[in-house]
Amino acid sequence: MADIDLDKLSQLAQLALTDNERATAAQDLGRIVELIDAMGGADVAAIQPMSHPLDLTQRLRPDAVTAQVDVPRFQGIAPEAQDGFYLVPQVID
Amino acid sequence: MEMNDPFAGPVALAAGLRDGTWSAVELTTHYLERAKRLAPLNSLITLCEDSALAEARAADERRASGTAGELTGVPIVHKDLFCTAGTLTSCGSKMLANFVAPYDATVVARLREAGMVMLGKANMDEFAMGSSNENSFYGAVQNPWDVQRVPGGSSGGSAATVAAGIAPIATGTDPGGSIRQPAAFCGVTGLKPTYGRVSRFGMIAFASSLDQGGLLAHSAADIALTLPAMAGFDPQDSTSSERDAADLMATIDRPLRIGLPREYFDGLDGQMAAAIDAVRTQLEQAGHSVTNVSLPHTDLAIPAYYVISGAEASSNLSRYDGVRFGHRCEDPLDLHDLYTRSRSEGFGGEVKRRILTGTYALSVGYYDAYYVKAQKLRRLIQQDFLAAFEGVDALLAPTTPNPAFPLGNLTNDPVAMYQQDVFTVPASLAGLPAASVPCGFIDGLPVGAQLIGPHFGEATLLQLASDYQNASDWHQQHPELAGANP
Repeated sequence: MADIDLDKLSQLAQLALTDNERATAAQDLGRIVELIDAMGGADVAAIQPMSHPLDLTQRLRPDAVTAQVDVPRFQGIAPEAQDGFYLVPQVID
Repeated sequence: MEMNDPFAGPVALAAGLRDGTWSAVELTTHYLERAKRLAPLNSLITLCEDSALAEARAADERRASGTAGELTGVPIVHKDLFCTAGTLTSCGSKMLANFVAPYDATVVARLREAGMVMLGKANMDEFAMGSSNENSFYGAVQNPWDVQRVPGGSSGGSAATVAAGIAPIATGTDPGGSIRQPAAFCGVTGLKPTYGRVSRFGMIAFASSLDQGGLLAHSAADIALTLPAMAGFDPQDSTSSERDAADLMATIDRPLRIGLPREYFDGLDGQMAAAIDAVRTQLEQAGHSVTNVSLPHTDLAIPAYYVISGAEASSNLSRYDGVRFGHRCEDPLDLHDLYTRSRSEGFGGEVKRRILTGTYALSVGYYDAYYVKAQKLRRLIQQDFLAAFEGVDALLAPTTPNPAFPLGNLTNDPVAMYQQDVFTVPASLAGLPAASVPCGFIDGLPVGAQLIGPHFGEATLLQLASDYQNASDWHQQHPELAGANP
């Protein structure tokens, strides 16, 4: 079984797991890590990583104003918004 | 109107609209009624009755005024992962169960512009993560051929919708097989285009270097008619290919060389092997030649895929924090509680599992061993394909190792579920176009043959698939559905 720090992992992922979920997650992640450990045997020392299937380069566009964000329309679907701002619990006392 | 064939595709429907056999309103009414009768399949999350009829009326007006295109008035269903302005776009998740998109995805906008009528939004595995459509917040989808079995995933709702004759065509997405596998399980034809061929703008992201929109329909001819209207360069998608979509309509009328990748046949079920061998025979009889090829890194595709897709998912899904849209927990104590509880309540089990896997692969101490290594293996897998395509025009292989499995059979075994993608994931990692065509039945359940082409080789795949479908009738066989008729 892989050495997985579930507390750290769930904290990094911003997920709170219930006790039941923790038990299942530990078992499932252990098996998934065994699955991905199958990559270990391949010799890839001389291979360049491939991050994109078409080897594209990032396209640039002219530095000009295009579509404007319609703030009221986008904030209309926000859980809580006011005066053009998204509201969250107080961060600084 | 006499709409005797609920399984007519866009080619036949467009012809009927053109010659006045039926109107768009009549067609739309027919499909909406069938969708309601077959609602127990659970293939749709949203049925758009009012807007569909309004779009159909507009399509009929376009046709009357002489401004209609080939597809104007043909109904379609969109996977609920494509943003649709004014209509729920849930991505099969509680997280987005209240999300009404403020804009259309480019795919939706282009097909809307072509005059296609959106009947509704198809059920799917949550955030496209799954191979059985059992991971939807809206419940599992039933396979129309056997309602006790899965339709495949993640575009299971799209596949079941087409298979049941609820719509003549549906969009889907395919990061690792999510069009091809459900197409095979439901006995329909599916095409995942080349990565970059179809815009990802407005397609809710799962794994950005793999996500690709495509189509599911009854025949390759139906897909060939529809794909050009949704494909092509989109400046709003930074990885959209600038290649002209006109080559999608190219006619390929020369004999083609087809490769059989031997790694896909090692240990393959005998009935599945026989079904693929029959496809080979028919393609040879159509004038094409077949030879064996090797893709030696095939067995490393599943682990590489689940590292890369998990890593990209953990990054993409970090945007769901309960602040700007989507689910927000009640009465958060502080900002951390807002993030954590909103995400924990909003995501289902498989999505959490993929996020945790990706977070693990990207974390300090594991990044090189997992993520970078998977990216290197991805290059080796692509190089295998490129080498094979020096000698052949396309590859023929099974789409899945088995037919549709019973609902609930693999839900407690994620690794076994992941292995369902064994034949579809390699082409996805390489960004290649690939199709699945119905090629027979095993124990009364449909199975599919997979055709894989070189980058931007969709026209070749569709031609091969059409040649096969001109010589076979598997794609014209349809399930008998209780409650389908009035």
